[in-house]
Amino acid sequence: MSATLTQKKSIASVKSNAESFLFILPAVLIFSVFYIYPFSQIFNLSLREWDGISLSRPLIWFDNYKELLGDKIWWQSLWHAGYITLFALTFQNILAFALALACDREMKLKGFYRVVFFIPPILSEIVVALIWKWILYSGMQEGQHIGLLNYFLNRTGWHHLINNWLSNPETALTCIAIVHSWKGFGWGFIMLLAGLQTIDRQLYEAARVDGAGPLSVFKNVTIPMMLPVIVVVLILTVLGSMQVFVLILGMVGQGLVYHTEVPVTRILTAMQSGEPRFGYACAMGINFGMILIAVSFTMKLISSRMKQA
Amino acid sequence: MRRKSLPFFALLLSLSFISGCGGPVKQNDTVVIWHWMNDRDDAFRELTKRYEEETGNKVSFELYAPSVYSQKITAAAQARILPDVFGILNTKSVVASFIKSGFIANLNKDFAKDNSAWEKSLYAEAIASTRFEEGNVYDVEPGIYGVPIDITNLKILYNKKLLEKAGVNKAPETFDEFIEAAKALNRVGISGLVSGWGEVWMVDCFASNYAFNIMGEEKVLATFRGEVPYTDPDWIEVFRVFETLRVNNALTSGVVTKSNKDAEQDFALERAAFAFNGSWCVNVYNDMNAELEYGSMLPPPVSDKFPMKIWGGAGSSFMVNNTSPNKDKAVTFLRWLTARKQQIYLAQKIKNLPSNHFATASIPEILSEFASAMAHATHPTIWPLNEESMVTEKFDRGIQSIIIGEKTPQQVAQEVQEIKIRVMEKKKKKRK
Repeated sequence: MSATLTQKKSIASVKSNAESFLFILPAVLIFSVFYIYPFSQIFNLSLREWDGISLSRPLIWFDNYKELLGDKIWWQSLWHAGYITLFALTFQNILAFALALACDREMKLKGFYRVVFFIPPILSEIVVALIWKWILYSGMQEGQHIGLLNYFLNRTGWHHLINNWLSNPETALTCIAIVHSWKGFGWGFIMLLAGLQTIDRQLYEAARVDGAGPLSVFKNVTIPMMLPVIVVVLILTVLGSMQVFVLILGMVGQGLVYHTEVPVTRILTAMQSGEPRFGYACAMGINFGMILIAVSFTMKLISSRMKQA
Repeated sequence: MRRKSLPFFALLLSLSFISGCGGPVKQNDTVVIWHWMNDRDDAFRELTKRYEEETGNKVSFELYAPSVYSQKITAAAQARILPDVFGILNTKSVVASFIKSGFIANLNKDFAKDNSAWEKSLYAEAIASTRFEEGNVYDVEPGIYGVPIDITNLKILYNKKLLEKAGVNKAPETFDEFIEAAKALNRVGISGLVSGWGEVWMVDCFASNYAFNIMGEEKVLATFRGEVPYTDPDWIEVFRVFETLRVNNALTSGVVTKSNKDAEQDFALERAAFAFNGSWCVNVYNDMNAELEYGSMLPPPVSDKFPMKIWGGAGSSFMVNNTSPNKDKAVTFLRWLTARKQQIYLAQKIKNLPSNHFATASIPEILSEFASAMAHATHPTIWPLNEESMVTEKFDRGIQSIIIGEKTPQQVAQEVQEIKIRVMEKKKKKRK
């Protein structure tokens, strides 16, 4: 009797497990076909010398990775992406947080501001690049500056600041970082505003009743409650900023010497040069992917520690 | 009942997902051509209509953005789904890879038919771009692997009105005269030379024109073979051309990050007096400013040791897919497309230089100037060998750094030579 019951239970358990597996099968298949298989293929190609067309793909093991270690331009491009990311992490997110805090209060035209702040992120990157290219244009016609910024500087007596914004190694990357931050702050704004609106108002009132000032409320109520949202915004900012490239292509074409190179433009160059190097480009992609994963996990770890503290 | 059937739906979904992946591409009688030429899409469609009326055969042109065309062709080759006819917007070594992988048909026999009448009707410079000679460095079977549908070359354009305004009465004939003209233009607040040097191949093109002028073809090719270093005084002289342009303020502001489209706009809107551009510009300038009065000239030579050479040859070429069942139909259509009547139509409609020399009689004057410059044309695709792409990249970027005043010609020459040595050592190691 008991043996039959056990048998029945185990059949039910197998059935239930099979049912669960069947439910997750489409997701597993999609994940395998679109993530695991391409990743394994890219890793496989990164161990080969291949021009993207030839039928032969000789195995060269880790030669591409060895070459990558000594590729100064590659590391320089990572530093450039890091610079843009640092810029976005600080200026872009501080601006997004400040505006979210402002819009979280009772104020006139709150809805209008929300719409305005969300316009840049929904614009196409190439459109943004072309608009800013025109603003930063350094050319002249009949002795007059045509670019909006230089024209404005000239008219307001700041002519000593007139610059070749996108063709000057000292300003080109910063201009790109500013435009990237301008375009990206709307996402952070919306997410942070949504986070702020989930905080129970009673917490603020209780803190005020206990005699906490605005700074103390911000430090002891807003920040701890917002920490999970802030971490998500920071991780998304890092991932988005490290992979920036459409803005660069739109603003400075194939680049200003190597001053505006970022990892994605290096990968594209390796794939599209006169002698395409797909294997090397794949090695770059794997290396870059690993760096991004490492950065994301580190940030997640830090945030968990902060939460515990 | 509903709960029990859910897992089966899940299984069904998975199976349909698996079965949906891949599968053969349908073939039909229509010759499919993938192209990238925005400006002539309408003209191509009109010609296919005429072709269908004349022969009853169907041809379909499919347009793709030029910025993604190369990637699309490479991806299609990897997936073995290339159309019947396509183009390759890359170097001869990439074309060679496609040929060696069996993707491009050798059209030697087709061109040789009727006592080579088809070959003879086309500009030799245009055919040369897709021809692989006996014993070529790419190890490709000798033959002609593409059909040029137009020709092009790159010259310097000058704005007649702006030069007159600056008191320059004739187009400069030497480099010194060019610099003097730029100075005169600056004095009246007009910018000198504009070009799309944010697209590095155009920097490469301008530099190699001067390399041919300063040291001649043999020495340029000897450098590619590694027999002459980039630190040679002649190469430093080439780099100095750009330094001279910068020092004398002969270039428009921001030229190193300009796309050719932006540069074309600057010249068409009379923001610069000179432009370095290809013969396709005639159509572009006409669209942007039909009133523009301009002429064309060869880049002014620095030296009289060797003649000035410009890049020229096939503007756009079509390749026939070697594995296509419509191969013969595709060749027949391309022969029809490059015949005199169709070439005249294309030249008049698009204002490009026809690849059929019998069609050049009825083209506008400015295009005739470009056509006559074909005598000075050369191109990397007809050189027996090309420079390694890593060296070319360093060379072009080095010139950009000279233009922005970051490096001297000597520094750039040294850096390019270092890369050249590294690339040659790597090649040597690979051969071993």
